[in-house]
Amino acid sequence: MSHADGSGYNPNGEAFPDESRVTRDTAIRGPARPAPYIGAGILLAAAILFPLMPQLYSFDAPRLGGMPFFYWYQLLWVPISAVLTSAAYWLVTKEDRRRRAEVRAGGPPQAGAASAGAGLGGDLP
Amino acid sequence: MNGRPINWTALVIVVLLFVIVAVMGFLAAKWRRSTEVEGLHSLDEWGLGGRGFGTWITWFLLGGDLYTAYTFVAVPAAMWATGAVSGFFAVPYTIVLYPIIFIIMSRLWSVSHRHGYVTSADFVGGRYGSRWLSLAVAVTGIVATMPYIALQLVGIKAVLTVLGLGSSGNVLLTDLPLILAFVVLAAYTYTSGLRAPAMIAVVKDLLIYLAVIVAVIYLPIKFGGWDTIFGSAQSKLGAVSPATGKPAGVFIPGAANYSAYWSLALGSAMALFMYPHSVTAVLASKARNTIRRNAAILPLYSLMLGFLALLGFVAIQAGTKPIDLDGSVNPQLVVPQLFLDHFPAWFAGIALAAIAIGALVPAAIMSIAAANMFTRNIYRDFIRPDVDPKTEAKVSKIVSLVVKVGALVFVIAMDQSAAINMQLLGGIWILQTFPAVVAGLYTRWFDRWALLTGWAVGIIFGTVSAYNVVNPVTKAHFGGSVAPIPGTDISVYIAVSAFVLNLVVAAVLTLVLRALKVRTGQDMTRPTDYAADETDPKVVQIEKTQHFTQPGGPSPVA
Repeated sequence: MSHADGSGYNPNGEAFPDESRVTRDTAIRGPARPAPYIGAGILLAAAILFPLMPQLYSFDAPRLGGMPFFYWYQLLWVPISAVLTSAAYWLVTKEDRRRRAEVRAGGPPQAGAASAGAGLGGDLP
Repeated sequence: MNGRPINWTALVIVVLLFVIVAVMGFLAAKWRRSTEVEGLHSLDEWGLGGRGFGTWITWFLLGGDLYTAYTFVAVPAAMWATGAVSGFFAVPYTIVLYPIIFIIMSRLWSVSHRHGYVTSADFVGGRYGSRWLSLAVAVTGIVATMPYIALQLVGIKAVLTVLGLGSSGNVLLTDLPLILAFVVLAAYTYTSGLRAPAMIAVVKDLLIYLAVIVAVIYLPIKFGGWDTIFGSAQSKLGAVSPATGKPAGVFIPGAANYSAYWSLALGSAMALFMYPHSVTAVLASKARNTIRRNAAILPLYSLMLGFLALLGFVAIQAGTKPIDLDGSVNPQLVVPQLFLDHFPAWFAGIALAAIAIGALVPAAIMSIAAANMFTRNIYRDFIRPDVDPKTEAKVSKIVSLVVKVGALVFVIAMDQSAAINMQLLGGIWILQTFPAVVAGLYTRWFDRWALLTGWAVGIIFGTVSAYNVVNPVTKAHFGGSVAPIPGTDISVYIAVSAFVLNLVVAAVLTLVLRALKVRTGQDMTRPTDYAADETDPKVVQIEKTQHFTQPGGPSPVA
């Protein structure tokens, strides 16, 4: 797959100032910083792994208001998971906003670099 | 046992709410429609509600879509009958679901926005340049969805049964209310498309929340607190069944059940967003982040589901008797019966209406989603490649009717257990599309033919394994969805073992095909597509402008 050489990019740097100059390979985000994505990844991994380990919670005691640990622990994970996901959302969205702003404000990044940022590794999740 | 008395108060409330919802369904055709669009003459308008649902509408729509009537009926039923492993796994399932969709679904949204994809099979076709792989995804989606719609009817049926309807000896008369409900549903889905369930979902979800919150506060007080309730559940589930010599159910899973428990939760979570109706609700949202915001707020439904599941235990303590029309014990009647026994008739009516309406929302979305898949990935790809958007919408509308009639026939003509078995298989099958769809969102590494072979191997393995699970009491096949991994005694959800096999086959075969230098299909997507947001231009827009600047022909971006 070949990339356009970036000639369609508008150096004025507005969002989509001149639609005719936008190509399909025009970067829409700047390169990613790994930290927010790693942070979000850890939060989401925790929210996936902990509810899936019955070894950690498949007990009767301690009961809470008559409810065995097995049941209230899992119900408790519903709000915990929501909080973790919200935190991941905040991290990822903040970085995403920065990356989009960078493309709008800054000079044209190289098409190759931009698509690497929007592509596999750096774009996760 | 010859029939139940009709509970008129509850019945009137149910019918009243049903009529209100039906009127809303028809009015929804005019809702949020841009003025320049005349009628719902494209799949974007009819099948995706104009692709403009914001965070809250999407929340209600997805909530109504994923937490179906069958869930409300079947999860407490499983808790009541066999306990934690087959029932309460729904809680970890719906917890881990949201981090997973947070990760994958915004990418699917972006690439679909950019290319105008309406189904996940559209994406697979565009990504791998293979209409056969796309067909595999579409057929799996349609086949898995049909019994799911049928099960929504089972949900409505449970409500009608406890209300006292359907006890007539005449077969046609027995099913008349069900047929009537479905004809009305089919009519407003036809005229309003996805807007109808989106609007109705709001009503349905509010009613369900009301019913569950009241029940969860009131019933434990009435029956001596959670302590007593869990006590009687423990003794019921611990009682040794004479047929098998084993305990009747699982109160708290022991070490032998761990693998079944987590694999059921994980496999179901991974499978859920492969279903066409989930993808439809995601693609109908307005922006890339709508689904991510929803991943953070949808867990409220999981909390509700968790407490609803515990109502199965409440019913044990309450001594609820879910007796079906033919006098047999039908666990699926547990929750409707519980409400009818212990609440004033008018409130029971509200709760039962919530369940019945809860069947209409997903049934509508599912039929729309299956119809879209047929239109895009079978009709357009294989029959009429030059189809215009208006015809696409027309075909989809008609197919949505066909799909619903099919589900209706399924439930009326066949045994109810056939629908449940098919739904069990559907869950196994739909997970086999995961490698093609989700791996495709991140990498083109896999070969299209390798994915297709992996899919086929996974489906065959899963089907055979499910067939070989024999119910210890009735000796019937398709006795459950958990089986030992071949060669071991570790029991896992069959969908998960089939998925692993599928993935291994796809990976090995990709390496082989690469070594043989088999041609790979054309990838229509670009890396930038996977990050596009609502303000970013669509491919058609870009290509239109490029056409003007480059009169020599299409741009050489491919």
